[in-house]
Amino acid sequence: MIRINVNGRAIEVDAAPDTPLLWVLRDHLGLPGTKYGCGRALCGACTVHLDGAAVRSCSLPIADLADRRVTTIEGLSVDRTHPVQRAWIELDVPQCGYCQSGQIMSAAALLRSNPHPSDSDIDAAMSGNICRCGTYSRIRRAIHRAAEMLGAGA
Amino acid sequence: MGASTGTGDLSRRDFLGAAAVLGTASALVLMLPLRVRAAPGGATELNAWLRIAPDETITILVDRSEMGQGVYTALPMLIAEELEVRLAAIQIVAAPVGDAYFNPGNDGQITGTSNSVQDAWVKLRTAGAQARTMLISAAATSWGVDPDECVAKDGVISNRAGDRLTYGAVAARAARLPVPQRVALKPSKDFVLVGRDLPRTDTPAKVDGSAEFGIDVRLPGMLYGAFAQSPVLGGWPDSVDALAAAKLPGVRLVLPLDSGVLVVADHYWQALAARKALNVDWNSGPNAALDNATITALLRHAAADDPGLAARTDGDADAALRGAVRTHSARYELPLLAHATMEPMNCTADVHADGCDLYVGTQVQQLAQAAAAPAAGLPPDRVRVHTTFLGGGFGRRLEVDFIPAAVAGSKALGRPVQVIWTREDDMTHDTYRPPALEDISAGFDAAGRLSAWKLHIVSPSITARMLPPVVGVDPSVVEAALNFPYDVPNVSIRYTRQEIGIDVGYMRSVSHAINCFVIESFIDELAAFAGKNPYDFRIGMLGKHPRHRRVLEAAARLAGWGKPAPGRHLGLALMQGYSSLIAEVAEISIEGGSPKIHRIVCAVDCGQMVNPRIVESQIESGIVFGLTAALWGKVTIARGVVQQTNFDAYRVLRVNEMPDIQVRLLPSDAAPGGIGELSVALVAPAVCNAVFAATGRRLRSLPIDATRL
Ligand code: FES
Ligand code: FES
Repeated sequence: MIRINVNGRAIEVDAAPDTPLLWVLRDHLGLPGTKYGCGRALCGACTVHLDGAAVRSCSLPIADLADRRVTTIEGLSVDRTHPVQRAWIELDVPQCGYCQSGQIMSAAALLRSNPHPSDSDIDAAMSGNICRCGTYSRIRRAIHRAAEMLGAGA
Repeated sequence: MGASTGTGDLSRRDFLGAAAVLGTASALVLMLPLRVRAAPGGATELNAWLRIAPDETITILVDRSEMGQGVYTALPMLIAEELEVRLAAIQIVAAPVGDAYFNPGNDGQITGTSNSVQDAWVKLRTAGAQARTMLISAAATSWGVDPDECVAKDGVISNRAGDRLTYGAVAARAARLPVPQRVALKPSKDFVLVGRDLPRTDTPAKVDGSAEFGIDVRLPGMLYGAFAQSPVLGGWPDSVDALAAAKLPGVRLVLPLDSGVLVVADHYWQALAARKALNVDWNSGPNAALDNATITALLRHAAADDPGLAARTDGDADAALRGAVRTHSARYELPLLAHATMEPMNCTADVHADGCDLYVGTQVQQLAQAAAAPAAGLPPDRVRVHTTFLGGGFGRRLEVDFIPAAVAGSKALGRPVQVIWTREDDMTHDTYRPPALEDISAGFDAAGRLSAWKLHIVSPSITARMLPPVVGVDPSVVEAALNFPYDVPNVSIRYTRQEIGIDVGYMRSVSHAINCFVIESFIDELAAFAGKNPYDFRIGMLGKHPRHRRVLEAAARLAGWGKPAPGRHLGLALMQGYSSLIAEVAEISIEGGSPKIHRIVCAVDCGQMVNPRIVESQIESGIVFGLTAALWGKVTIARGVVQQTNFDAYRVLRVNEMPDIQVRLLPSDAAPGGIGELSVALVAPAVCNAVFAATGRRLRSLPIDATRL
């Protein structure tokens, strides 16, 4: 049994110690919003927050995460009101949508550490997140828009 | 069509045995999966796409798969326009398999060839208008007034006396009325929804993780499967030693199948661990020695040995070439490509006493049903297909190779089973975009005019495998080439089919990408050969094609053709495809021996647009897809084994590599054309033409990155 905190809830997980956090979230905890894309930290689809920082959950064995705090897309807000989600809705960012949980989690972590990112800050923080549908220019605009919302105290 | 009225498992999924469908030749009984909750009992089917409940819940069934291209928004907009309801008031569900959902343009219930809106344009507006007419009639009858004295707006019917009835109140009576055979559709000037940038209906679910893709389906008691396949494409398991695997924690089943070995466990990670512990003796089959050199040699031999079948013949291109004052020829060669959808292939099957429920992101509901039926040991109509969101389609989900194993596993265990391919499985067992070799020649007459154009395409046939029997020229191989728009009197386009031993598949823009790379690069070659500006050269041969001219002019103007910024170089390309017109201009510089793409400018005439914002997104999306293919796209094979296994070796464009993209959508009264695949094909020729402008080097194979400039 490994104890972790997911979206504010303390949870005991009964999984093999080498099970990646991704599959614990998806298969054991019923949180399929976090996606599998590559399994090797190459695509960013599985991005979640670990103690507030963006990490690739496909490459983190659960055994290393005892007592750590995990936030998934399901826990980012209860009602899609996180500024990043609001900006994503305003600009209709997603296409197929499969990469978007990861994109949003990466963007939210970026804005937490850097409330006014430049385009090159966005490049640096977001280049680990592939979007095969090519929504990148709207992702960039939506991050700037979310920064505006945050600046306006929204 | 799911004709059974068996309830399956009501506690698991809500199902509604719907009332008779009106508006089709025969009454259909449909099993409707209610993906969106809260569809109340007693809802009435007004037609195959529309259901209205007494509590005013309006549900639209969308019969094309949502894979990012926006059909869950655009198709409901067409119905809502004539039904006089707001888009926000509607719930969307995926249609089941059904005759009403047949797509004549694709010869099946198939989402492909970018024709969803073209197919739906009249059909769904008519369905909306018929339903509105019936609802109004029902209300008018209950008031004892003439229907012409009633109007419908926002789901409410009113008459001159000020009486009001809601759609929900009259739907059941309306459904019993005859379907009006003639309904007048609004002229486009009266559209209130169509043509507007309405928000996508699927966006909210795609920003909070609640959108359900195939891989997200969760059923009570569901187990997870991993599928071991022969490393060599086309191989099979001769024998399996499952002793070690079966002992691992959570393992429920090891099942050898024709094409591989299925391992099912309580959790996916356990299934993967057990798969690693399998000892399979693979028979490599006929492809044990296959590699890229073999494939290239096959195509080259075929090009030399076979003149090909005629696909288009104008005049006599051979005679014109013999009589030409100057001729120019070239050979172009294109690689295999992988689809690499973000969501790897997966399928969830639940075989139970009442049939089989299949939960899958598919572009081909009927083929999915047909693929599942034998594995379930059931007739096809006992298989109910529940289409989820697709985490990318790109044509990969026109295939059904990932379906039977899940069904076989569920049947063996009597529990729902979800089989997930790893990224590595997905990359190494794709149905790849076919390779192609194209020989092309042209001749100029004494007046300096282009007098002959001869194109010989050598490539495998996807259609012959997927939809046999194909006799003669596979139309999907010669698409775009047949639309050759330039004013040349003698044109010959021929096709030689040459198979390569492995399955190839349709990939976004299919042969447009292959043929337009060749045609638009070679037109550029000819412009240089004739000493002309590539823009003027094209415009001079488009006298009969004003729509082509218009997009080319618009793209050139937007790009600043003829006056690139210092150090920048421009290349352009033009295409007619999917009943749309498009021109693209690439602006590049050369840095460290590689092209750096600064800007892609694009002008589009796709006829009338349902939702311009979605059109623009799709055009951008296609450009990114085309750029990935142009710069890095190449699948290599060694001893029958695909060498690229993940996104490290199969590079795709990332945000930091994104050029500035400018899309100009031209107003048009023409019928709608396709937009989902339109922009992919021109990226490679536009970029390569810019490379030629920059360096004088003509690139006749892709990807570009393999060539140092
Ligand atoms: S699935 Fe974790 S980075 Fe791709
Ligand atoms: S929206 Fe489809 S992969 Fe990003």
